[in-house]
Amino acid sequence: MTRPLLIENARIVDPASGTDQMGAVLVENGRIDDLALGGPVGVPEGVEVIDAKGQVLAPGLIDMRVFVGEPGKEYRETLASAGAAAIAGGVTSFVMMPDTTPVVDDGALVDFLIRRAEAQSPARILPAAAITKGLAGKEITEFGLLKEAGAVCLTDGAASIQSSALIRSAMAYAANFDMAFVHQVADAGLVGDGVMNEGLFATVLGLKGIPREAETIPLARDLQLAGLTGVRYHAAQVSTQGSVALLAAAKSGDPKVTAGISINNLCLNENDIGRYRTYFKLSPPLRAEADRQAVIEGLRSGAIDTIHSDHDPQDSEVKRQPFAEASNGAIGLETLLAAALRLVHSGDLDLLTVLGAMTRRPAEILGLDSGRIARGAPADLVLFDLDYPWQVTERDLRSKSRNTSFEGARMQGKVMRTFVGGKSVFVHEDGI
Amino acid sequence: MPQQNSPAGRSGDFPPFAQRHLISIADLQQHEIVDLLDRAERMIEVSRQERKSLPTLSGKTQINLFFEPSTRTQSSFEIAGKRLGALVVNMSVKTSSVSKGETLVDTAATLNAMRPDVLVVRHSAAGAVELLSQKVGCSVVNAGDGAHEHPTQALLDALTIRNHKGTLTGLTVAICGDIANSRVARSNLLLLGALNVRTRVIAPRTLLPAGIENLATEVFTDMDEGLKGADVVMMLRLQHERANGKMIPSVREYYRFYGLDEARLAHAKPDAIVMHPGPMNRGVEIDPAIADGPRSVITDQVEMGVAVRMAVLDALLPARNAP
Repeated sequence: MTRPLLIENARIVDPASGTDQMGAVLVENGRIDDLALGGPVGVPEGVEVIDAKGQVLAPGLIDMRVFVGEPGKEYRETLASAGAAAIAGGVTSFVMMPDTTPVVDDGALVDFLIRRAEAQSPARILPAAAITKGLAGKEITEFGLLKEAGAVCLTDGAASIQSSALIRSAMAYAANFDMAFVHQVADAGLVGDGVMNEGLFATVLGLKGIPREAETIPLARDLQLAGLTGVRYHAAQVSTQGSVALLAAAKSGDPKVTAGISINNLCLNENDIGRYRTYFKLSPPLRAEADRQAVIEGLRSGAIDTIHSDHDPQDSEVKRQPFAEASNGAIGLETLLAAALRLVHSGDLDLLTVLGAMTRRPAEILGLDSGRIARGAPADLVLFDLDYPWQVTERDLRSKSRNTSFEGARMQGKVMRTFVGGKSVFVHEDGI
Repeated sequence: MPQQNSPAGRSGDFPPFAQRHLISIADLQQHEIVDLLDRAERMIEVSRQERKSLPTLSGKTQINLFFEPSTRTQSSFEIAGKRLGALVVNMSVKTSSVSKGETLVDTAATLNAMRPDVLVVRHSAAGAVELLSQKVGCSVVNAGDGAHEHPTQALLDALTIRNHKGTLTGLTVAICGDIANSRVARSNLLLLGALNVRTRVIAPRTLLPAGIENLATEVFTDMDEGLKGADVVMMLRLQHERANGKMIPSVREYYRFYGLDEARLAHAKPDAIVMHPGPMNRGVEIDPAIADGPRSVITDQVEMGVAVRMAVLDALLPARNAP
């Protein structure tokens, strides 16, 4: 038994209850035992006390989209290195994409990952199971057995299923087991050889463009099929103005529809590619500024629910290539919170909305009891200094890969301490 | 002809050229473009002498690194380097998209260790030459990277036009054909735009890239309309694989609507010249009678190519080695 822990003098921000006020949290046996808002609290005997000095105490972040190299590409990322990056970024739980070697399309592998992650990772790792065997988009996996083994949702990760008929039956079968169906949409034909947003900028660079319709057309299909099958559908990540409009319309009729956005599409646009900077080669591609503004508005209006890192470690071998030949993806676990806070500091979004998109909403979609500061909830917490200035330096990041899209970026706001299950797993050098 | 009185090939008359590489026309200021054209003018004279050589690059090593085969561009750069006294080495690297093995960056490191003074690079991927230039210690000249740029082609085209028309000012240049996939079109639009020349692009909609209206002065899908009043008609090569039913239904339909024949050319100005970067597809984008006719300046373009490449090599290398 560890000693109970009291975090006092904290600005408690809990999107689930709409709380944003000073208070204290008592943690015992890995869970939130008590919560006091407003004035000072008496300190019970034998309790370890942390004075938060007015810093923000929020539920630990839940990142719905993280790629890990283990098993198969441990040189890119292991469960341990991803976990270390996560807690340094205030992420206490993350959904691991099934895009590994072998693919997570079998219950035994889910079971293995859960056990191994418990032993290796300081953050909670929630395996997602593949919708189709080998992510090939041909045959559905054993949803029921995967759920029993502990898979938290279904997704084909970076792959997009092309057959409408298969999507329909997969959705219906997922609804049968009440599993969240997370799908990244991309029309393979319209994407073609495209490598970045279609438009003047791609034309000037001599690169093939990806039209916005490569996203909106399959999204419209998915939304209709979600309505037909009654599945809990989550659009994994969207990037365009048109998608925000489609989601807003669909949500008015189908409350089970939700959608996510990558921090990259929220904070960056196609101009960041500059002269073929491959760390900005992403899927979906970075779009125009008007699209970025539209997805921010989508978060504000509720058309978009969650913000995730889309953490995707890639080594220099596949990134130091001509743009069209380089792999997609950027790491982001450690910079997720700070990057999201940019939108708060810029006045685009309020703190409760931004944190809610990384705590309350993912927990609701995935059916987790974390993601909130409430009695009985797991003591997964992040304490951060909202204004702490720092600069992202790739060599300081804990991921095994270096492909950050925020290299050199100046950030305002840093994680000072992270708790998982009541245990302090990360303390910043300037932390409390 | 400018600087008529200067002796042939005295590059010392020009101010130092403030660029290390030539990757993109977009990197050049207007005065730098004019400077390169003036230098090339002088190099024409060198090539027309009986002793076609200058010692300016003596002792220097030039490597032509071609990841994409090209007989004419590679030999043009080779002759340019040799006429300036450089040691020229040609390397053709066969790459298959399936099994690449050594990466471009590895290749760059290997070649860099051989201490060349200039690398002339062609690659099928846009941005590949830029990437390579970041990894080597010598000057790099882009000899074509994917659908991005082919800066020496645009320079030689401008020089050809200037020599035939006496000036570039006030002209209208129509670029016709596969704009979407053409690095020649991009470099030309940038260069002509920088010199305030009116540009038109003419192509079927499937071969017009997004946002092209921001790069060209006017955009046409009807060839006869687009050619009206043009001083220069610049044809582009249509890759046969484009006429596979995806972008273009057939070669014969393409030729019917976008091929340059006598009747079409009659819409341009009576003294309009016809250009083509080569290699030509006679009967696909151009009537053989036009290609080999009196208004074609296609062989002049080849001659200007050597002069421009001599000028570029001459301009870049002293700048690199200046104290």
